[in-house]
Amino acid sequence: MNELLDPLLLSRWQFGLTTIYHFLFVPLTIGLALTVAIFQTAWYRTVKPHYLQLTRFFGKIFLINFAMGVVTGIVQEFQFGMNWSDYSRFVGDVFGAPLAFEGLLAFFLEATFIGLWIFGWDKLPKGLHLATIWVTAVGSILSAYFILAANAFMQNPIAYEINPEKGRAELTDIWELLTNPVALAAFPHTIFACFMVTAGLIISVAAYHLARNQHLDTMRPALKFGLWMMVGAGILTTLAGDQLSLVMVETQPMKMAAAEATYNTVTGADASFSIFTLGTPDGVHELFSIRIPYLLSFLSTHTFDGTVEGINDLQAQYTQLYGPGDYTPIIWVTYWSFRWMIGLGLLHVFVAVVGLWITRKGRHPKNKWIWKAAIWSFPLSLLAMTVGWTFTEMGRQPWLVFSLLKTEDGVSPNVSGLEVLISLVAFTLIYGTLAVVEFRLVKRAAQKGPDDAPRPDPVTGDIRHDVTVY
Amino acid sequence: MDLGLLWFWIVAGLFVGYFVLDGFDFGVGMSLPFLGKDDVDRRVLINTIGPVWDLNETWVIVAGASLFAAFPEWYATMFSGFYLALLLILLALIARGVSFEYRHQRPEHAWKRRFDTMIVVGSAVPAFLWGVAFANVVRGVPLDAGHNLTGSLLDLLNPYALLGGLTTLVLFFTHGVVFVTLKTDGEMRARAHRLAIGAGVVTIVVAAAFLLWTTLAYGSIASALLSAAAAVALVGSFLANLRARSGVAFALMAVTIGVAVLSLFSSLVPDVMPASNDAANSLTIANASSSQYTLTVMSWTALVFLPLIVGYQAWTYWIFRKRITRASIPVEPVGAAPAGR
Ligand code: HDD
Ligand code: HEM
Ligand code: HEM
Repeated sequence: MNELLDPLLLSRWQFGLTTIYHFLFVPLTIGLALTVAIFQTAWYRTVKPHYLQLTRFFGKIFLINFAMGVVTGIVQEFQFGMNWSDYSRFVGDVFGAPLAFEGLLAFFLEATFIGLWIFGWDKLPKGLHLATIWVTAVGSILSAYFILAANAFMQNPIAYEINPEKGRAELTDIWELLTNPVALAAFPHTIFACFMVTAGLIISVAAYHLARNQHLDTMRPALKFGLWMMVGAGILTTLAGDQLSLVMVETQPMKMAAAEATYNTVTGADASFSIFTLGTPDGVHELFSIRIPYLLSFLSTHTFDGTVEGINDLQAQYTQLYGPGDYTPIIWVTYWSFRWMIGLGLLHVFVAVVGLWITRKGRHPKNKWIWKAAIWSFPLSLLAMTVGWTFTEMGRQPWLVFSLLKTEDGVSPNVSGLEVLISLVAFTLIYGTLAVVEFRLVKRAAQKGPDDAPRPDPVTGDIRHDVTVY
Repeated sequence: MDLGLLWFWIVAGLFVGYFVLDGFDFGVGMSLPFLGKDDVDRRVLINTIGPVWDLNETWVIVAGASLFAAFPEWYATMFSGFYLALLLILLALIARGVSFEYRHQRPEHAWKRRFDTMIVVGSAVPAFLWGVAFANVVRGVPLDAGHNLTGSLLDLLNPYALLGGLTTLVLFFTHGVVFVTLKTDGEMRARAHRLAIGAGVVTIVVAAAFLLWTTLAYGSIASALLSAAAAVALVGSFLANLRARSGVAFALMAVTIGVAVLSLFSSLVPDVMPASNDAANSLTIANASSSQYTLTVMSWTALVFLPLIVGYQAWTYWIFRKRITRASIPVEPVGAAPAGR
């Protein structure tokens, strides 16, 4: 019973669940805003009706998704104070600034211009209307930057100074904070990963229709677009991820050791990367594993004879630095989430290349299984994204702010376990219900396919859109 | 210059923006059962705020984030202390936000009615609870030496705070109905006009009681003057409404809400969250604010961006200035999917 009402445990569950949930919608917002902007630009330039149809079609899915991103985002913003008040007190001076920037520079932009885009079809000149979706896209990418800069402070605290009198961290240099090496590496990695998820959605939807031989004039170009986007974004995500690994080893060596479940410090060929391991859960006894020599060394240091510190050494080192305690994250979580992220990512690039090959020059595969498989690209890329974050955040444990504040010291002291249980149950229920509703709506819109393009008025030649009303 | 004090007023300004703007969204949402006789009516109402509700709501996000950045101690104390109230507000805002977007996605009557209900409840709950929360800040809450709120939920539901909640509820309701008179025409406008008069009387009585109580029990000279100004604007709005001067009535409602919020904030200075048990535990502008450096950075950012933000938001309102009528609502083919967009 006490376990059940532990505010720390419940707050962690709540934060983890709500954040992962928020981030199911964010990638599509970021990626689809750009996609819609690109299709609308193509229509603006070429006046080909199928571009307008695609703009509308993905625009509709974008909006269904956007609503969820917004409403779940507010929860995130409030939760720091509600559940993590001691954390907020400790880092607010540093961490609050990027959040405020995000609101002032990005959220206002997005929220305003999305309204102009939705309702402005017949009210704004064509070029200006096109600009509104571009501004929305830029706003969403900007917001990602600021939130990642905030998160980077938790991974790699810099640009601060402890004020012993107030017992808190205080900002010393805003530029240094915003150019945290972790943020600089995590930003491209995350953004390109968002594009992969979006590409996954586009491929899934196009495959669904192409398998049924319908909407060919819109879905063929959509498939091509999605496949190229997947290959491009996939390669860039991988390159950025490689960069991120380097930074991570430098800032949080324990996370890399935990990602690989390396207990003892290894060098060169011994610093191998295991693709798959069966062993006892604590990793002490390995039963079976497939390994690539040198790869871990390369990932961690970009050299083949690098040294990768092991968990045991780091644990000893941290105990000396920070006092007695367990500084090891949950190994099976970090180990498997890291593999699933990378594995699914590489799989997607591979599948997209194959897809481009078998549909080259307008070919249309007859085999139903190919299309069935392609539909999985959306859920699986979203999974890659989610396990990526799970790795990042769980790998940081037991720290909330690495080396400065433990998770257990950040929780609100005056919020009872019962209160958190109530909120956790409430969020789970409402989020669960909305997940079903939103999934059905997206599926319905996707399966229905694009509407016919509106016809120009025979007299004036104008297109009246007239569909922009709630 | 005292940057802490500056940020106190910037935060106040952000909340003014939020309550003035999202206030009429709440009002329009709550007015659905009173003004929306059929589905087309309700769509007219929702569309009056369609393009702007999201940007209006964003004011609270920015207000919250600014509170976090400029007054971490205040943010932490208030948000953890009002945990369950904020939870309810969040759930309501979630329900309301998705409803605007999802209501029109399917043609079935039952589907739409479900989201109508969510809009009404999702508007009324925050309209009431924000008043309760701010009234409690003004009244003072029990704080321990670590600035943590010690009381229980029941302490927060005291008569003064409940009156505060009722005040914001009726203020926002009237504000929204007056907004409808400004944004619609014909039959709907006439109906809203009648409702605004009735609601106006109730609002004047309730708001006067609350402002008087605030002034007598917690007021300063500045807050008393601001309360008086808010009361004058409210009565002015009522009179303008009697003469069917919708624009003036709406502007004066906005002034009423804005000045009333400023009055509450000014009654706090130099505290931000007075402790009701022991004044030594009070959160003040001085002990709750961020460092000079952070406040300086924030000030420059606000100085550059706030005018820009106000500018493009005003432009948005200008673009969507036209009145909405039943004729502006396209007819959906029965049984078919709604017009996609
Ligand atoms: C489609 C999604 C996706 C794919 C294919 C990959 N990643 Fe990733 N990864 C993410 C999605 C992601 C993410 C969810 O976006 C994370 C979480 C935090 C972040 O910045 O990005 C992440 C975090 C993350 C981190 C943790 C950073 C930290 O904790 O400081 C590392 C080291 C990598 N990634 C490395 C890689 C490598 C080497 C990849 C490919 C070879 C790779 N990722 C593919
Ligand atoms: C959107 C992607 C993100 C996901 C999926 C994610 C996921 C998680 C998860 C699963 C946890 C729980 C970890 C645990 O309990 O061991 C967590 C904790 C946390 N994360 Fe994140 N996170 C994300 C982004 C962020 C960002 C951008 C920030 C800060 C701005 C942040 C701040 C925190 C905090 C404060 C905690 C709570 C303390 C804790 O339990 O560790 N997270 N997150
Ligand atoms: C835990 C930390 C996080 C907080 C406090 C947070 C806060 C918010 C808030 C308040 C909103 C609503 C904005 C609006 O009304 O327009 C939002 C939406 C958004 N968030 Fe998050 N967020 C978090 C994690 C993330 C991460 C990690 C990313 C990106 C990498 C992200 C990207 C976005 C984007 C692009 C939007 C706007 C699109 C939309 O509204 O769907 N968020 N977030």
